[in-house]
Amino acid sequence: MAKKPEKKPEFETPVLGDYTEVPAVTPGSMDHSQPFVAKAAINEAIGFPGELVDNWQEVAVTKLGELVDNSRALRVYLDSCVKCGACTDKCHYFLGTGDPNNMPVARQDLLRSVYRRHYTVAGKYLPKLVGAKDLDEEMLDKWYKYFHQCSQCRRCSVYCPYGIDTAEVSMAAREIMDTIGKGQKYCNEIIGKVHKLGNNLGLPEPALADTLEGLEEDVEEEINVKVKFPLDVKGAEVMLVTPSADFFAEPHIDGLIGYGKVFHQAGISWTLSSHASEAANFGLFIGSVDNMKQVAVRIREAALELGVKRIVFGECGHAWRVAYSFLNTLAGPFDFLDSRYPVPQHIIEVTHDLMEQGRLKLDKSANDDKRVTFHDSCNVARASRMGNKPGGQLTLPRDVIKASCNHFFDMPRDTIGEGTFCCGGGGGLLTDDLLELRVKGAKPRMQALKDVHEQHQVTHMAAICAICKSQFSKVLPYYGFEMDQIISVHQLVGDALVFSADA
Amino acid sequence: MMSAMLYLSLVVLVLGVGRKIYQYATTPAPLKIPTTPAPTTRAGVVWRMAREVVFFDSLFKASKPTWIFSWLFHAGMLVALLCHLRYFTDPVWGWVALLAPFSKFAGLAMLVGLIGLLARRVVVDRVRAISAPSDFLMLFLILGIAASGLLMRFFWHTDIVAVKQFAQGLLSFQFASLPGSFVLFMHLILVAILLLIFPFSKLLHAPGLFFSPSRNQVDNPRERQHNPSLSGHGKKA
Ligand code: SF4
Ligand code: SF4
Repeated sequence: MAKKPEKKPEFETPVLGDYTEVPAVTPGSMDHSQPFVAKAAINEAIGFPGELVDNWQEVAVTKLGELVDNSRALRVYLDSCVKCGACTDKCHYFLGTGDPNNMPVARQDLLRSVYRRHYTVAGKYLPKLVGAKDLDEEMLDKWYKYFHQCSQCRRCSVYCPYGIDTAEVSMAAREIMDTIGKGQKYCNEIIGKVHKLGNNLGLPEPALADTLEGLEEDVEEEINVKVKFPLDVKGAEVMLVTPSADFFAEPHIDGLIGYGKVFHQAGISWTLSSHASEAANFGLFIGSVDNMKQVAVRIREAALELGVKRIVFGECGHAWRVAYSFLNTLAGPFDFLDSRYPVPQHIIEVTHDLMEQGRLKLDKSANDDKRVTFHDSCNVARASRMGNKPGGQLTLPRDVIKASCNHFFDMPRDTIGEGTFCCGGGGGLLTDDLLELRVKGAKPRMQALKDVHEQHQVTHMAAICAICKSQFSKVLPYYGFEMDQIISVHQLVGDALVFSADA
Repeated sequence: MMSAMLYLSLVVLVLGVGRKIYQYATTPAPLKIPTTPAPTTRAGVVWRMAREVVFFDSLFKASKPTWIFSWLFHAGMLVALLCHLRYFTDPVWGWVALLAPFSKFAGLAMLVGLIGLLARRVVVDRVRAISAPSDFLMLFLILGIAASGLLMRFFWHTDIVAVKQFAQGLLSFQFASLPGSFVLFMHLILVAILLLIFPFSKLLHAPGLFFSPSRNQVDNPRERQHNPSLSGHGKKA
């Protein structure tokens, strides 16, 4: 196959200054950005009408009413915003583009104005006064554009005095659009693949088995230890559910190797499952509880079928949100598993425990060629937990990194932890038809990376999310970094692990 | 007339907000979505909510100017409201009497806060861009209430005794007439309007805050199955 020449981008990469400036409001600056619309077959495969239905306005408004009736979050959020503006400078997409519709409150208002028009007294009788609007073609067009410029990262909800979470609003809007037949190609196609083949890549079982075998050979060649990457082994203690990107993409695969090495050294028997060969659950992104549940139930089925005792998730942000926050709700109870461990567990929690118990032998100096920082993934930081204390999702990964390397430096405080910036590719936006948005949305993170690069000569940024890793590999070069400066946390762990000759 | 208007708006307020609270309370919250790090216990959530309500924690993180203006306004309003209890209690409750000397500072704090918020809405391009006419009107309405109150406090003193009789009359349904003061009349009309529109406007943020799942949920989805009916797997296995 001839290599496709890299197309020159038709946009300008933002320039990084000395600190992140809040841009001036620039109306319409991202009005041209929208993802490909899904074809009929793709929508139908996951239970939605193929094309825009005839009476779409009516259907959409009815659906909106249903959603509000069934979600306290949505109802409270749509009613409560006081337009204080506290969230307006918090979204990375606004910071990167200046488009006013990328201010979280303005994004919510796209839905809120229609809600007010149809479901509130003030909006019915005094629409102009309270900014209520009809759902017409122009509005639908805006919905499609700007609800696909939100990565559902929840940063805005941290700063809103009422905790209004634009992610919930975006999910609702996308669900409404799916219901009337205006689905997004990238997400819906992927969900279809998971339903059909078990993973986002559409990788069938034999191909997966092959890949894992190849991986075993590679690792043995490199470190002369027979680290196993087992598939569908009944009776294993741990079933690992990991994003399918871990099977082949860089730098994800080095993370997978790291998990394998950890299990190997700790002597924990583990297996992957071909039935649940994917941790990602894009049902979240389109706000479809039905699809999310269907994808989650695979994991329960696989655990029962393989008779494992524990479920562990690999490095993936939104997957960990769905796993941590929703798996028990959607597919529990998991009373057939070993009750001494939380269900599910994050691989970071597993490694952290083993480190505390002294069951891993690490030589930090193996990573002395790197000066490392850590990118908190939005869904991990703001929508999940690790360990048994609030905030463990922020401290545990750092503990693990610090135990694996000598040079660790955090990025500026307001860009990490609960205030972390999304990579720019989350929430179902990791697709090349949104490249401009992804590059611009990465600006705040790139700025923070530049800061630690200049102050502490940081060379590498570690992450625990498949989407973050793919996104950064792609956008780092736009900002003058190298694509391999993004690494998996478990790559650091794997490289630091010491295997004695007889292991 | 004024009595009737005040009664009417009070009824609308109570019924309207009551209906909304009922709606919020009965609308399901199918999934766990607290913004983390979040408390893992009920007591922790109470503490988190208390900090939000009293100190406006999240707003403090977000924007210091908005926080200070907004806090001044709300705190001032609270104290001013409490001071008004002296018209409704007889004999005046001890702590209300103690608070009374602060009422003018409370009113001034409201004024400063409101003007700050208004300025922000005009000056900051982002906030201007998200403001609807109703957002300005709301500020003017409350500014009008605060300003008319302060005017009576500092310049055009009204007959406090008569006002008290009027207020007592409202409580006992023995209507007294209002002292003939235009400023007082405006003050009360604006208050009545505020109460009337409360249930239909963004003032719903007050009850809304208490029902916001991102703030009031306990972070324990692994430990306790939330909403078991959703999974439907029940206690089997
Ligand atoms: S959830 Fe994230 S991407 Fe969406 S509006 Fe809020 S800050 Fe922006
Ligand atoms: S911070 Fe919250 S209340 Fe303020 S404008 Fe944004 S969404 Fe509305």
